[in-house]
Amino acid sequence: MTDVLVILPVLVPLVTAALAMAAWKHLPTQRVVGVAGAAVGLAAATALGWWVFTVGPVSTAAGGWPPPFGITLVADPLAVVMVVVSALMGFAVAVYAVAEVDEVRQRDTFWPLFHVLLMGVQGAFLTGDLFNLYVCFEVMLMASFVLLALGGDRPQMEGALTYVALNLLSSALFLAAVGLVYAKAHTLNLADLSVRMPLVAAQEPTLVAAVAGLFLVAFGIKAGLFPLYAWLPASYHTPPVAVSAIFAGLLTKVGVYALLRVMPLVFGTVPAVFTILLWAACLTMIAGVLGAVAQFNVRRVLSFHIISQIGYMVLGLALIASPDAGVRRLALAAMVFYIAHHIVVKTNLFLIAGLIRRLSGSEELKGIGGLASAAPWLAALFLIPALSLAGIPPLSGFWAKLAVVRAGLDASLWWAVAAALVAGLLTLVSMVKIWNEAFWKAAPEDRVPLGIAPWPLVAPVAALALITVVIGLWPELLMRIATSAADGVLDPAAYRAAVGLVTGTGG
Amino acid sequence: MLLVLALLVGLLYATALYLMLRRNMVKLIFGLVLLGHAANLLIFTAGGLVRAGAPVAAEGMAAPPAGVADPVPQALVLTAIVIGFAVVAFAAVLVRRVVRTLGTDDSDTLRTTG
Repeated sequence: MTDVLVILPVLVPLVTAALAMAAWKHLPTQRVVGVAGAAVGLAAATALGWWVFTVGPVSTAAGGWPPPFGITLVADPLAVVMVVVSALMGFAVAVYAVAEVDEVRQRDTFWPLFHVLLMGVQGAFLTGDLFNLYVCFEVMLMASFVLLALGGDRPQMEGALTYVALNLLSSALFLAAVGLVYAKAHTLNLADLSVRMPLVAAQEPTLVAAVAGLFLVAFGIKAGLFPLYAWLPASYHTPPVAVSAIFAGLLTKVGVYALLRVMPLVFGTVPAVFTILLWAACLTMIAGVLGAVAQFNVRRVLSFHIISQIGYMVLGLALIASPDAGVRRLALAAMVFYIAHHIVVKTNLFLIAGLIRRLSGSEELKGIGGLASAAPWLAALFLIPALSLAGIPPLSGFWAKLAVVRAGLDASLWWAVAAALVAGLLTLVSMVKIWNEAFWKAAPEDRVPLGIAPWPLVAPVAALALITVVIGLWPELLMRIATSAADGVLDPAAYRAAVGLVTGTGG
Repeated sequence: MLLVLALLVGLLYATALYLMLRRNMVKLIFGLVLLGHAANLLIFTAGGLVRAGAPVAAEGMAAPPAGVADPVPQALVLTAIVIGFAVVAFAAVLVRRVVRTLGTDDSDTLRTTG
């Protein structure tokens, strides 16, 4: 029973993609299959989440090969938080895509690709095997490559080439690092590695540090860490809004998740990893917000803010090098809280960018305006995630930032806290810029007549805004979930138990 | 033999990165191809070079006899080759489309973050 429960979040998108592919000649069927599949995926993820938090972590061994030999799928609190939030975004964006993605693209395999993307993302969260993580990354990347280039507009082509080249570089480094890990530890099971890698590191610290460096660069590119983020602002504003919204919500976070899952478990005994992450996190926060200052395209501004927000999350991870157990726990809980909040808010902001474009015909801030009086409902819907992103109480971003800053203060890293606060202030500046230009200033003389927004575009935005408010007003529940996820990361024995690898030295 | 393969891996990486840094998009593809080869050869080499039998356990034995070749790195390489093939095929089509859309194969003409 639990075997099925663990595999369902991966299986449902796969079946949905196949069904949508089978109906490729008939667009209405594809749409129904695409949205229904996302809904079933959300139900499956929620069921798994409910099970993990009421009964306990579950795992399954693919093909019946017991760990550490077979490929395992593990649903521990951390994985399941990511799975549920991602499935929720999948459903919200699927509804939005029905009305947003143009018919040509929807016919041309948008729906199968969208679900293959979700399959790769969910597989990456659930896998307990390093090579399988690579395979899931590739599944996700292949789907994202095609989604990004689908349609073939000139900006899309330009963005896609940068995106593909840098992500393939990252994959090649990841693959090489996986090979080196296997050569030394003779296992790829993450739970098994958590036992064996420290032994290898004790014997050959230089080699293990070098391999850790390869992983840092590979995951750093995926996550958009400083200075490896160039592919992100080059590409995220070019595809249809639904595509960039799901990218913005999920793809970089898979990189962050990979850092969070692999680094403490496998390279926890290499302190240099966390020092590098600390510097990278601070530089990422600052570089991201500064990049946004010069931008006047809504989605470009938001793309740079993804980078800056990644910095906050990775700051939480970097703090687990702290000698104080309380700091480590708070920092990781803050990170998980931040990821969950950020996925909801950032996806929503991209969806709103699509509404701005739909209503005023453009997303270039210079050429639009007057939306506050023309569409006050949109102004309200924009303010909720925008202020949450900037960390204004009582929205979800305030608690996320508060927890990260608190952990930084407890660890006495004053300069990191200062960087976080400056980045927060500049985030507010960016959000105010979008507000002033798109909503507050008078509409330009030659404005196009106001477009209409059908309900599939508005309902997901409203629902995600509601979630932001609910997290903001009652942060305790998410914080409890995040803390239990953090405990799972800090205690490798708990992860090994979840995998069912009690001895940890099999083979 | 190990040294030769190690040097070859290094040479492949150097060539791949050099080609990827060129402005010509077709050379970028060649760079990506070589990068994949370098990674595969690295896994194969690091997995241990032994002249040994197949890892097959005789009937009634729980494990194969000592001194067999480890099949896992080879399985990894095989998977990676298949994935790499698909990825390079896509990248080649993409570059073709980009060259046709832009009318040039010079990657400096891309408008990126500016």
